[in-house]
Amino acid sequence: MSTQTRTGSRPATGPLLLRQVRHQNKLFLRNPFSAFFSLAFPLMFLLLLGSLNAGQTLEARGGIPYIQFLTPGLLAFAVVSTCYTGLVTGVAMNRDMGILKRVRGTPLPASVYVAARILSSVWFSVVSAVLMVGVGVALFDVEVVWRMLPAAVGTLLLGAACFCALGMAVAALVPNGEAAPAVANFTVLPVVFISDLFFPMDAAPAWLRALGSVFPVKHFALALEATFNPLVTGSGWSWGHLAVVALWGLAGVLVAVRKFQWEPRSPGGSRRRRRR
Amino acid sequence: MATAIRVKDLHKAYGAVAAVAGISFEVVEGECFALLGPNGAGKTTTLEILEGYRDRSGGSVEVLGVDPAQGGRDLRERIGIVLQSAGIDRELTVGEVVALFGGYYPHPRDPGEVIELVGLGEKRQARCRTLSGGQQRRLDLALGIVGDPDLIFLDEPTTGFDPSARRRSWELIDSLRALGKTILLTTHYMDEAQNLADRVAILAAGRIVAEGSPASLGGRDVAEAEISFRLPAGAGLADLPPLGPARPRLDDGRVVLRTEAPTGALHALTGWALARRVELEGLAVTRPSLEDVYLRLTGGDR
Repeated sequence: MSTQTRTGSRPATGPLLLRQVRHQNKLFLRNPFSAFFSLAFPLMFLLLLGSLNAGQTLEARGGIPYIQFLTPGLLAFAVVSTCYTGLVTGVAMNRDMGILKRVRGTPLPASVYVAARILSSVWFSVVSAVLMVGVGVALFDVEVVWRMLPAAVGTLLLGAACFCALGMAVAALVPNGEAAPAVANFTVLPVVFISDLFFPMDAAPAWLRALGSVFPVKHFALALEATFNPLVTGSGWSWGHLAVVALWGLAGVLVAVRKFQWEPRSPGGSRRRRRR
Repeated sequence: MATAIRVKDLHKAYGAVAAVAGISFEVVEGECFALLGPNGAGKTTTLEILEGYRDRSGGSVEVLGVDPAQGGRDLRERIGIVLQSAGIDRELTVGEVVALFGGYYPHPRDPGEVIELVGLGEKRQARCRTLSGGQQRRLDLALGIVGDPDLIFLDEPTTGFDPSARRRSWELIDSLRALGKTILLTTHYMDEAQNLADRVAILAAGRIVAEGSPASLGGRDVAEAEISFRLPAGAGLADLPPLGPARPRLDDGRVVLRTEAPTGALHALTGWALARRVELEGLAVTRPSLEDVYLRLTGGDR
């Protein structure tokens, strides 16, 4: 039959992945909400908190400028927003709309699709980080501690990977797209406030600090903050914190791989959207 | 002719409910086969098992020589799927999404050409969210064929179309068949099955209740013909000439006669009318339509 006479070979994985990442990036930039929450929102916090606390120093961190603490803290926040919140809502909504189901019926390998979504999220985490550090340096005299830059980048990437995995896991668990933003925000917001992101938790009650230490956000933030603290000696890797982050990421991968679904949970979910 | 799809004693149960209760059929290469039936008859379930989306409870299925439950990328490179409802990234343009999907296949068709084919040429630069329901459905069709598949699954491809859009889609589907593609479609439109399909299987409650060409389905080609006309003024049933073994009956002023020999009956009838110089108003000879057969077989006329 006709197949035998046709030419053309299967697209190679590398270019296929690159195209798919570019596609996800395009979608990200065309969606005002994702762009706002990942890029503009953390930047707004930086401008606001940075201006309000200009010139302040942080006794809890040996008297370093507050901005040296705040900037990496907000980087962590941006990564959590982009990777975790972005994937939970994006994937769950796309599943509800039947976008995942359609993709599943094409020859695009599932691994390429998932990898592209993750790489796109990581990419915008990096973009957000560069943007914020740039603004921090320009407006608030943030000091980049160059000897710890490799640790800063490494920590950022590991954190991004962890929160992507957790995002995919929670996306797999939420019942439908409508519940996704609520679930994402309900799991993120309380945690970020007890995770040394905006201010150190040194004065907080012991139980609250202990609670914060259970979750990966705090460990990620502390590891990132260390890389911007000029008083920290050495290359700036916080192996203990990173181990906790990695462990959470691993748990996320396990759940995501087991529970991930390509089809809308309720048949009603997709049917409703068909009549838009 | 090689067999493109082979389904044997397929069963699918959701809990205690049997959605598909033992159906068998074969589709040969290059054929257009329609699964016709009311909602809930098991059409989509059957299709989604063949597409590899759903596992089966029993029986065997083969699509292009492989079990779709195990068929991976190799199989998906050779099939095109138009789901009953599937989403699309709303912020992409028509051109972008067709090109993107084409890139998943080893030997895609030209995206621009495919967009023209489905009649979306003017919408190429439009974001998907701006498309009407019918336009979106045509985009579904474009995405189903952009990979130049050998076998195409169409789940209710024209539901919600206006008549002209439906006719265009029929022409497109016909042109795919002319290219030698095998097509399996589901529909609940009689005329769609009649226009497109070489063979039709009528599904009701998870079983095939009839299978054959649209012309012969349910014994339609050999069934009794029905002659009907309005009874001329001043005449009664008793005035009619002998019309063969069958007895005519009166139905709301119309004479209705079912007969296996319509030629003789018509001859006698028209001779009688000419002799009396009356016109047989509304004279018609009909056989049961596909719709009659369908309603009878699916129990829809009860």
